[in-house]
Amino acid sequence: MTDQRPPRDTVEAGDGAHAASPAAPRPRRRAADWRKRLEIILLAGPAIVVFVSFVIFPVVLAGYYGFFRWKGFGPATDFVGFENYLIILQDSAFHDVLRHNGFILVLSLVIQGPIAIVLALLLNQKIRGRSIIRVLIFVPYIISEVIVGIGWGLMLQTSGSVNGVLESIGLGAFQKDWLSDPSIAIWSLMVIISWKYIGFAVILFLAGLQSIPDELFEAAAIDGASYWQIQRTITLPLLGPTLRIWAFLSIIGSLQLFDLVFIIWGQYVASTAGTSTMATYMVANGRTSGNFGYGSAVAVVMFLISLVIALIYQRFVLSRDTAGALTEGKK
Amino acid sequence: MAVLEAPPRLHKKRPPSDRQEWGSPATYFIAFVFIALCLGPVVYIILGGFRDNSQITNSPAGFPDPWNFDNYAEVLASRTFWQQVGNSAIAGLATTIGVVVLGLMASFVLARYRFAGRGAMYSLFAAGLMFPMTVAITPLYILVRELGLMNSLAGVILPQIAFGLPVTIIILVPFLKAIPDEIEEAASIDGTSRLGFFFRMVVPLSLPGVVTTGILAFVASWNSYLLPLFILGDQATYTLPLGVQAFASQYSVDTAKVLAFTSLSMIPALIFFTLFERRIVGGLTGAVKG
Repeated sequence: MTDQRPPRDTVEAGDGAHAASPAAPRPRRRAADWRKRLEIILLAGPAIVVFVSFVIFPVVLAGYYGFFRWKGFGPATDFVGFENYLIILQDSAFHDVLRHNGFILVLSLVIQGPIAIVLALLLNQKIRGRSIIRVLIFVPYIISEVIVGIGWGLMLQTSGSVNGVLESIGLGAFQKDWLSDPSIAIWSLMVIISWKYIGFAVILFLAGLQSIPDELFEAAAIDGASYWQIQRTITLPLLGPTLRIWAFLSIIGSLQLFDLVFIIWGQYVASTAGTSTMATYMVANGRTSGNFGYGSAVAVVMFLISLVIALIYQRFVLSRDTAGALTEGKK
Repeated sequence: MAVLEAPPRLHKKRPPSDRQEWGSPATYFIAFVFIALCLGPVVYIILGGFRDNSQITNSPAGFPDPWNFDNYAEVLASRTFWQQVGNSAIAGLATTIGVVVLGLMASFVLARYRFAGRGAMYSLFAAGLMFPMTVAITPLYILVRELGLMNSLAGVILPQIAFGLPVTIIILVPFLKAIPDEIEEAASIDGTSRLGFFFRMVVPLSLPGVVTTGILAFVASWNSYLLPLFILGDQATYTLPLGVQAFASQYSVDTAKVLAFTSLSMIPALIFFTLFERRIVGGLTGAVKG
């Protein structure tokens, strides 16, 4: 394949002289080369156009509008420089959402990771009905955030079924205002997040486990290693790439969290209940209040935070996985 | 939590060779508890739809007694529900087709052409994986409005195609790379062009990968909330997630009906998932392992 490059160089070198050149192969190679370029443009062009216009361009657009005080109509003229960014960085509500996002990010990893690993190890044994188990634990992941939010919202409200169950089993003293008490609400959110996304982690880890060759376990067993020695020295290291990709997806997801919070707590209650996130802050202070310049600036801040974290993670953690999907392009 | 700490104690005493045998009852017990926790809220939603409001008020966590089919019947008879199902189906199908067609063409280029900028192009799409729609939603809303696509499903479909491309391409590229070069050579000896090879060989051979990415795109579109929330202001264009939420706030007193509406709206995604579970799970793990 790479041998197609030199001919193209010759073609480019002889570009100006080609009219005078009577040699037959050159125009044909040139034609083949143009044909290849045309095919590339024809095949990849539409995807690139759609991707750039609706993914890359909006981010650039946000960078532009972030410098304006703009209500979203007509051209943006009220240039305010970095004022929006200063307001964001000084807004105590934004400090709150940063804290919440950080809390959710760390706790998602700490809660879901270990539990999912243990469950995956458990389900990786040859037990009956493993495929139906796999389907069932994936159900919460496949249901939309809206349904999860409405269902859990109803269950956790003060007159909801969680308090009802506590009452009926004699634990009425443990009844709580799960959603609006600021000291509890974010833990309720963590329960819902764990419930929704842990199945995904388990499925990923199971697939990772199944790609580890059985011979390794057999050899270790012959050498007299105990079950936990085997897990610690063989399974966990070999599961490393899967764990690192999962952690990456989880981190990005935590930074973007919106739907669940917005549906359960709405845009105003979320901040008093202590569950607001960067994304709900962006929507409440951007679109809902009509300050599109400010909302764009929040989007840029979110983008930069995600980008920096993603790059650091890729640089220091994912780079260890030479075959990682995300790092392939940079090899 | 105590339940989840059980497995260590369970395994410590068992020799490793036991892995090959049937699991112990404790394993089944823990799996059962976990599944019960996963399904509990779903069952609550579905059963709640069969109760009436006084039952729910008196005993928030009880079973239907007697079973009440009116809620489901009312939802199924309502025009709004079916209109939203229709909108969701149109958005889902159009997104799926768009993502699969554009994604397959771009993946083919990335997998089987050598050209300067190939790595950059792959990185461009892979970078998109890091930035879900949330970050871009405010400017995306402005852009869609400038294009005059507000309150139209096209305003939801186009961005969804764009944001679906990274996952699709990352799943499909290894798939297309795996098609042996010999097949392409044979096709070229038989006088088939690169494009002919694409349409006659690549498209059929990559069908399993295409199905995986198609399902992912469909389920993502079916469940998507944020973008429709911004773009679709007109009730007539609501997709199911918006409809469910609007219904829930409109009938906030009528909990049973809300639960019925909610459970009916999750059925299509659940059926879809059950049918194609293997492909979805296989596709996801394939993507993660590169």
